[in-house]
Amino acid sequence: MIELREVSHSFGERPVLSDVTLTLAERRIGVVGANGSGKSTFARLLNGLLLPGRGAVLVDGIDTRRDARAVRRRVGFVFQDPDVQIVYPTVEEDLAFGLKNLRLDKAEVARRVDAALDRFGLAAQRRQSAHVLSGGEKQLLAIAGVLAMEPATVVFDEPTTLLDLRNRRRIAAAIRDLPQQAIVVTHDLDLLADFDRVVALDEGRVLADGPPAAVIDAYVRRMG
Amino acid sequence: MLGLYVHRESPVHALPAGAKLLVLFGAAAVVLLSRSPWLLGGAVAGSALLFALARLPLRAVVEQVRPLLLIAAVFFAMQAALDSLEAGLVTVGRFLALVLLATLVTLTTRVSDMVETLERALAWLRPLGVNAGKVSLMLALTIRLVPVLLAQAQEIRMAQRARGVERSAVALLVPLMVKTLRMADDLAHALEARGYDPR
Repeated sequence: MIELREVSHSFGERPVLSDVTLTLAERRIGVVGANGSGKSTFARLLNGLLLPGRGAVLVDGIDTRRDARAVRRRVGFVFQDPDVQIVYPTVEEDLAFGLKNLRLDKAEVARRVDAALDRFGLAAQRRQSAHVLSGGEKQLLAIAGVLAMEPATVVFDEPTTLLDLRNRRRIAAAIRDLPQQAIVVTHDLDLLADFDRVVALDEGRVLADGPPAAVIDAYVRRMG
Repeated sequence: MLGLYVHRESPVHALPAGAKLLVLFGAAAVVLLSRSPWLLGGAVAGSALLFALARLPLRAVVEQVRPLLLIAAVFFAMQAALDSLEAGLVTVGRFLALVLLATLVTLTTRVSDMVETLERALAWLRPLGVNAGKVSLMLALTIRLVPVLLAQAQEIRMAQRARGVERSAVALLVPLMVKTLRMADDLAHALEARGYDPR
């Protein structure tokens, strides 16, 4: 469970989030908002990539300011552009990167890499260069790399923005099938239809919070 | 030289990364010290044979080697014109033997194996403040990001052409630098998110 307590954050003089208090416990949570509404900052606060200027973010009771590493073990993060997340040249080497950072032994790394390749249909490409994968496959590899680390929660920052319809569907299915909690920041409103909860942000504040249909309706009306 | 790993079942692939790097450095020393066109020609031929032994697809090899041939031709022409034919052959022999061997090592060695070897090899420098982990990650990221940055440069060039700018270094370099810096920022976040600890 993730709690935000009176969280505010600014970049220089520009406030990005103002006084946000939320408890995120549902399995599927969507976050929507216009460009500049504070969505990406919100996402990065959830696993300690950014620390709040004011207030506190707690993951299973751990303050991100106190132990960001412990928080990042619990909360994985998938970026919008997989090219910034893929570190090693080949598919299987990249999957192993995060696992080696967890200091797992070689056998466990190999087991989890094999499982991730099978789960995301990337086994045939295991020795291929990540550069030659399609956009959808790269995003699947980025997701697989995070999930192999077995976090309790995965935060997705606009995971389908750069993808075509087919690959958007693949990623949506991958998110739907996750056993973990998923918090998805997105402009793709269709993706959120069967989510448990949606939070709409507007100018750094919570505009609406609740079941998808009602929140998306309020958000669409606000966007005019 | 920054060729990417191509998987094959071959004796060259099966050699440990450390052994390949040692042979590469040893061969580099011999090649750089030699002034015999015959020995250097033998080194180039030997390197070419190793490519065959590694069962690498011809296309991957040609892609890697083609740009080098042009550079070698320029080196040869310059040396032959300014010094002698033999000096041209020596320079080209050294250049080709070295880049062929380096390309062979990168095409037949997984980056993660190379990184592990480098980490072990540099571990003794830790008391001097050298962080072997950081050096190794730098190597991996360089190999990973060269094609990404090339693709970005190509995209920017196309965007400039679409706006009527045919050739302008500033029009290419400024947006490329902005993109690269933004990417570096995101990459740093991604490394943190994936549990990387530089200590």
